[in-house]
Amino acid sequence: MKRTVPLLTAFLSGLALVVSFFFNPDRIFLGDIQEVVLQWMTIIGGFALVLGVHSIIKVNMAKVIRKDSEWFYKLATVVSVIVMALPAMLPNSWSPLFGNGQGSIYNWLFEYVDSPMMETMFAMLAFYIASAAYRAFRARNTEATLLLITATLVMLWRVPMGEAFLRLFSDKLPDYINMFVMNGFNVSVQRGIIIGAALGGAAMSLRIILGIERTYMGKN
Amino acid sequence: MRQTRIPTPRVATLTAIIGFIFIVFVPSAFAQDWGGQVFIKDRLTVVVEIIVFSAAILLYTRWARKGKKLFVRKIAGIDAIEEAVGRATEMGKPVLFVPGIGDVEDIETIAGISILGRVASVVAQYDAPLMVPTRYPVVLAACQEVVEQAYVEAGRKDAYNEEMVRYVAGEQFAFTATVNGMMMRDRPAANIYMGAFFAESLLLAETGNAAGSIQIAGTARPEQLPFFIAACDFTLMGEELYAASSYLSHEPLMLGGLKGQDFIKVIIIIAILLGTILMTFGYGDWFKAIFDVP
Repeated sequence: MKRTVPLLTAFLSGLALVVSFFFNPDRIFLGDIQEVVLQWMTIIGGFALVLGVHSIIKVNMAKVIRKDSEWFYKLATVVSVIVMALPAMLPNSWSPLFGNGQGSIYNWLFEYVDSPMMETMFAMLAFYIASAAYRAFRARNTEATLLLITATLVMLWRVPMGEAFLRLFSDKLPDYINMFVMNGFNVSVQRGIIIGAALGGAAMSLRIILGIERTYMGKN
Repeated sequence: MRQTRIPTPRVATLTAIIGFIFIVFVPSAFAQDWGGQVFIKDRLTVVVEIIVFSAAILLYTRWARKGKKLFVRKIAGIDAIEEAVGRATEMGKPVLFVPGIGDVEDIETIAGISILGRVASVVAQYDAPLMVPTRYPVVLAACQEVVEQAYVEAGRKDAYNEEMVRYVAGEQFAFTATVNGMMMRDRPAANIYMGAFFAESLLLAETGNAAGSIQIAGTARPEQLPFFIAACDFTLMGEELYAASSYLSHEPLMLGGLKGQDFIKVIIIIAILLGTILMTFGYGDWFKAIFDVP
C-alpha cells in the first residue's frame, strides 16, 4: 500500500497531463488540468514551507546551543528569518509597519537589505567569469587553442571597438563570425544538446509514469 | 545488490490506460455541447510520436528483461562519482550534493533527486559525511526521504542524520551564498551538482574549484553548460543527466530505457537529414507541416 499509492498517483497524474494536452480545455468538464495541477503545486508548496522553516531553525539553533564554531552566523540566520517573517505575517491593520505593503518592516528589509545583497552576489559573477575564462582559454592543446581563437573573435565581434578592429581586415569578417560561429557551430551544437535533453526528459517522465524509475521517492 | 522486480506494462496496464482515457476524457467531452473541437487534431503528430517513443522504450525494456545484453557507452562523469566519494572517505571530508535550484515539478530536479539516491547509497557504504542543501521545502522533503531510504538499504540507518539534508534559503543568491559558505568552511572533498541551474552555476562551481574539491556537474540547460565545463572536473551534458540514475543502478531494465532513447535519436537524425534534403530541393513544405504543432 505504501508503495502502490504513490506509484498510482504518479501514473494517473502523469497520464492525465499527457492526455489533456490533446483535448480542448473549454470542451471537457475537467477544464485546464495543467493549470489545476499548478495551483495544487502552489498550495502544497505553501504548506511545505513550514518544513523549510522548521529545518532552517532546527539546524541553526542546534549549532548555536552547542556553541559550534562561527555559531553567531547561525544565530544571525535565525534572527533574520524571524525579523523578516514575523512582521510580514501580522495584519497591516494593527500597524503600518506590519504586513508586506509600502512602509512595512518587511518591505524596507526587502528593498534596502535583501535586494542589494542579491544584486551584489549577481554582480560578482563578472569576476567569476573572468577567472573561469582565464582557465578555459589557456592554449594547452589544439582544441583549447581553437577555443581561444574562436572566443577572442566572438568577444571582439561583440563590442563596437572590437568590431571596428575586425573591419580593418575585412568588412565582412564580423558577418562571417555571426554566420559561421554563432548561427552555425554554436546553434547546431546547442540544438543537438536540446534535442538530446528533451528526449532524456521525456524518457525519464515515461519511466516515472510507468513506475520503472522509483529512486526519486526513496524506493529502488 | 538486492534485485527488485520492476513491472513492465502488460495487457492489464494498457487496458487501464485506455480505460482511464475513456472514463475521464470522452464522457467529459460529451457532457458539454457537441459543437467545437474536442480533440485537437493538429496535435495528432504528437500522439504518433508519443506512441513510437513509448513503444521503443518499452520494447528495449522488455528485451532487457528477457536477458538480452545491451551495450551502454561509458560515461566518465558518472564513473567518477564513486571515485569522488572514495576520495572524500579517505580524506575524512564531506561530500556536497546540490540538487539544483529548481522546484520538484522540474524534471531536472527529479533527475537530480534520483541521482542523489544512488550517491547516498555509495556515501552510506563508504561512511563519508554528506551535505545536501535545498532551495525548496518540497525538494527538501523528497531529498530527506531518498537519503534516509538509501541509508536504510545500505544497513546504515544509525549513520543517517536529518541535518544532512537541509533547507538553506528560498532566494537564488541567498542559496548560492550559503552553499558557497559551506564550501569554504567545510572544504568538501567532492561537490556534485545535478539538476536545474541558472546564473548561480558559475558562482558555485568556481567557489568549489577554489576550495580544491573534485567537482562533477550535470544539467540539461545548454546556457549553463560552458560554465560547468570550465570550472568542473566532469560534466554531464543534457541527456546524460537523465541517464545517470539508470546508469548508476546497473539494472538491465533501466538501461533498456536508454537504448530505446538511442533508437529514437536515430529516427530523429534520419528525419533531420530527410527534411534538410527535401527543403534544399524545394519539396519539403509537406514534411515541415507534419512537425508544425500549435
